[in-house]
Amino acid sequence: MEKLKQHIIDEHESVIAISGLYKSFDDLDVLRGIDFNLFKGENVAVLGKSGTGKSVLIKIIIGLLKPDKGEVLVLGQHVDRLNTKELDALRLRIGFSFQNSALYDSMNVFQNLAFPLTMNFKTLGKKEVLKSVEEVLEAVGLKDKLKQMPSDLSGGQRKRIGIARTLILKPEIMLYDEPTSGLDPITSAEIIELINDVQREYNTSSVIITHDLTCAKNTGNRIAMMFEGKFLKVGTFKEVFDTDDEQVKGFFNYNFIQ
Amino acid sequence: MQNTYSMSIFGNRKYILTRGLDDYFTGVYKAYKFIALFFKEVFKRPFHMREVIHQTFEVGLKSLALISLTGFIVGIVFTKQSRPSLEDFGATSWLPSLIGIAIIKALGPLVTALICAGKVGSSIGAELGSMKVTEQIDAMEVSAINPFKYLVVTRIMATTIAIPILALYCSFVALYGSYINVHAEETSSIISFYLNAFKTINFLDVATAVFKTVAYGFTIGVVGCYKGYHATQGTRGVGKAANQAVVLAMFLIFVEEVIIVQVANWFRYF
Repeated sequence: MEKLKQHIIDEHESVIAISGLYKSFDDLDVLRGIDFNLFKGENVAVLGKSGTGKSVLIKIIIGLLKPDKGEVLVLGQHVDRLNTKELDALRLRIGFSFQNSALYDSMNVFQNLAFPLTMNFKTLGKKEVLKSVEEVLEAVGLKDKLKQMPSDLSGGQRKRIGIARTLILKPEIMLYDEPTSGLDPITSAEIIELINDVQREYNTSSVIITHDLTCAKNTGNRIAMMFEGKFLKVGTFKEVFDTDDEQVKGFFNYNFIQ
Repeated sequence: MQNTYSMSIFGNRKYILTRGLDDYFTGVYKAYKFIALFFKEVFKRPFHMREVIHQTFEVGLKSLALISLTGFIVGIVFTKQSRPSLEDFGATSWLPSLIGIAIIKALGPLVTALICAGKVGSSIGAELGSMKVTEQIDAMEVSAINPFKYLVVTRIMATTIAIPILALYCSFVALYGSYINVHAEETSSIISFYLNAFKTINFLDVATAVFKTVAYGFTIGVVGCYKGYHATQGTRGVGKAANQAVVLAMFLIFVEEVIIVQVANWFRYF
């Protein structure tokens, strides 16, 4: 936490700026007017119950889903107005860590990590690719797993490799989808530490989608509390925790009882 | 009360019918868009030739043993069953020609296509379906890699290239099986058997057979990829995608067989 507090956040520069964002699937309204800013160098943890639209929000940010209404500016570009080439160029600057890691199960760890690099930078030599792979594996503390298949890794190791695969492209923004879900408390703590290390070492700005209070508290410089497709409260953990809003209090109380 | 009940039944039927029609036409439109996207992407860089070659070998090697065995058995059985009928007319010398026509024009391509629909089509459907439901396809997309180009285009090209080669191989193996049977009954050389088998085959027959196998290969690739790429509902969806890939591909292969043979016959008379 001390290290996290030392990190420099530029509150004058938004890397993600969202206003009036709406998204629905058939008759189901998922996002109902989201306004949100992510500042350069900042980690924002988006807290909320399952099914409130947290994952939909980051899928819109990366361009996997299109918004129905509203503006989504990422690194100064309107995500929903970009053509394929422009969107790909933007995606190279954003890392997306999936809830279930989404490692390519027919490839070993080295191939998983080298794949985005070799596909996007064809001129890179074998030595350079190996160097980059070893570098990110060292960053996530799994240098000895180079030849292993994803099926041979534990849940925590898969998450780490998933994060390493995004780091290999040196992103400016990291989007984490439930980074600690399904992990035991010790492995969760390791992932939390890794998220903070990534913020510090790679100078990234991050959105961390989670329903885990410990993760939100220890990774987020700010917390955004989402309820039924809207942000009820955005602020530091203390500000959100001390709010009088009954729905926010309900979420915190439920988690503490659990 | 009874009136209301009948109306609700009627209403439900109407709803089911309109929803069924809606789903059907939406499916046809989506499939059309899928194929159109393939033709748009196939001529654009990057071509991922290494992946195309790798997939072509995968398709070929996966099916080779089964095609060899099936082709060989088809040749033997077809010869055994045809011999008594020809003997009745004293026309056993026509056996190689009859077998040649049956195998090269129909059985070789059809048997290969059906085996590949079962083995390769289901494998593609399950593989892509599994990648879809575990978000591996999304992972490619967010890494700025075009998953359609890398996964779909390469696999469709692989089946379109590999299946004609396999069909040709299957025909030769089936003719060899037939020769073994013929040779067991009466001494004949393999060269004269093959020459007799090809005697009645003309260029249009070979061209039709090649065109058919290209169409079958393309169909198996498209159906497998389409079903896998649009898989939903977790592991159940993967099984469903694999199953539908086989059933739909086999159905379309039979439809194509009828159409192509009919068109080839029109050409023959002109």
